[in-house]
Amino acid sequence: MSGTKETVTRRDFLRIILTGVGACYAAAIGYPLWRYLISPAEQAKSLAAVKEVTLKDAHTLAAGSVLMFKFGSHPAMLIHHKDGSWVALDAVCTHLGCTVQYQPDRNVIHCNCHGGEYDAQTGKNISGPPPRPLRPYVVKVIEGGVLVSRV
Amino acid sequence: MKSKIDALWKWLDERLDLSQIIAFAQHKTVPQHKYSFWYYWGGISLFLFLVQALTGVLLLIYYRPGPEAFDSVRQITYEINFGWLIRSLHAWAANLMVASIFVHMFSVYFMKAYRAPREFGWWSGMLLLMISTVFGFSGYLLPMNELSYFATKVGLEIPTSMPIIGPLIGDIVRAGPEVSEYTLQRFFALHVVVLPALFVPILVFHLWLVQRNGMALPPSEEARPVQERKTIPFFPNFFMKDLAVWLITLNVLALLAVCFPWDLGVQADALKPAPLGIHPEWYFMSAFQILKVFGNLLPGDLGEAMGVGIFTLGIILWMLIPLYDPDSRSGERARHATYFGLLVLAGVIVLTIWGYAAL
Ligand code: FES
Repeated sequence: MSGTKETVTRRDFLRIILTGVGACYAAAIGYPLWRYLISPAEQAKSLAAVKEVTLKDAHTLAAGSVLMFKFGSHPAMLIHHKDGSWVALDAVCTHLGCTVQYQPDRNVIHCNCHGGEYDAQTGKNISGPPPRPLRPYVVKVIEGGVLVSRV
Repeated sequence: MKSKIDALWKWLDERLDLSQIIAFAQHKTVPQHKYSFWYYWGGISLFLFLVQALTGVLLLIYYRPGPEAFDSVRQITYEINFGWLIRSLHAWAANLMVASIFVHMFSVYFMKAYRAPREFGWWSGMLLLMISTVFGFSGYLLPMNELSYFATKVGLEIPTSMPIIGPLIGDIVRAGPEVSEYTLQRFFALHVVVLPALFVPILVFHLWLVQRNGMALPPSEEARPVQERKTIPFFPNFFMKDLAVWLITLNVLALLAVCFPWDLGVQADALKPAPLGIHPEWYFMSAFQILKVFGNLLPGDLGEAMGVGIFTLGIILWMLIPLYDPDSRSGERARHATYFGLLVLAGVIVLTIWGYAAL
């Protein structure tokens, strides 16, 4: 009687050990695999963590025109308005993520995907499907360029 | 809980005949004798091929052929998390796979497992080995570093200098007079599309034959009366042992890949002089050495042609061995086949060592 009992415990013990070893192998294979696959996403995240970018020579941008640039890995736009003011905004539509476009003749920001429009001074969504305004950046014209930073 | 699992099992079983498969696997037996050790090498080769398929797909995620080839391999090695590990595993497993196929081939040869009705197992296995070496040759170029560039250049020099078909090979395989981006691109296509498409169906055929014919008995076991032969069930006994061997293989591979990470090398530059010690991969070394010996022995094209001829003849003889030694229980012919096998094995080893010594 006690013999059978012992075999059962030994079996259970073996099962626990095997499960443990199996889990170790799964982790040893799974962890590098997962890190390998998310590598570009991680790099993009660390890029996105930037606080400011300097756009060299951007201070020469003509009034009434736009410069597209990347803030980290994120598309953004720098607009030099005809009244001389500078505005920097996210260039990713808040509706479904298309890249928006500045239309100097109408002085609005337009999205080609579903016709959303934003105010070119504030980034406020003024018509169409976009639910939120475009995020603004702080702009400072400096010696030899333009400094764009997070709010 | 238990009844739910039982119900699910029943549902699956009714549709997929799972219990039939299990019953079949339990009834299948594998012979057990003092040479049983050699039965595992086919399985090891298979395991390493699976590693190659997996790590190959992973490398494909970041590798870019074309002008950026070297740079993308540099990124994989230094910038992508664990990229160095995946690449090192792929390179090490490639070499181990060719090595274990060689062991498998020679053990099959000396156990005379090529005899009727297993001839197609021998032939399909030989095809798999040949495709594996082409895998190795084409994969070697992909990082486009100095070593791979010049080794490919030298390696292609031999077939392209053959009379008549040489120039054709140059145009088709090398895509011109020099190893270039075009060569790289077609080696890439070969390595990731054409060769797998050839390899996998032949492998399935090979495995199906193993299943159909069962494990071969070496002549010494065959000589025993049936009652005295020992067997073990395929499932779970042999299956578990196979799994254990795979685990050992995985550990050895991981150890090699981590302790000796594969070198990135220096970017290939056709205008820089070739570095010292350019030589083919070890599994081409014996063939390379034969060509060299004959090239030195006889003048010009004649020597090269002789070398290629002798080497090709050897391979053909080696492939035709099941026809020459169809079934004879340790009779005259069987002994001749063993001597021939020993001669080939010794020849390959001596030529390989000689090749390295003569570098
Ligand atoms: S994505 Fe811009 S309007 Fe829909």
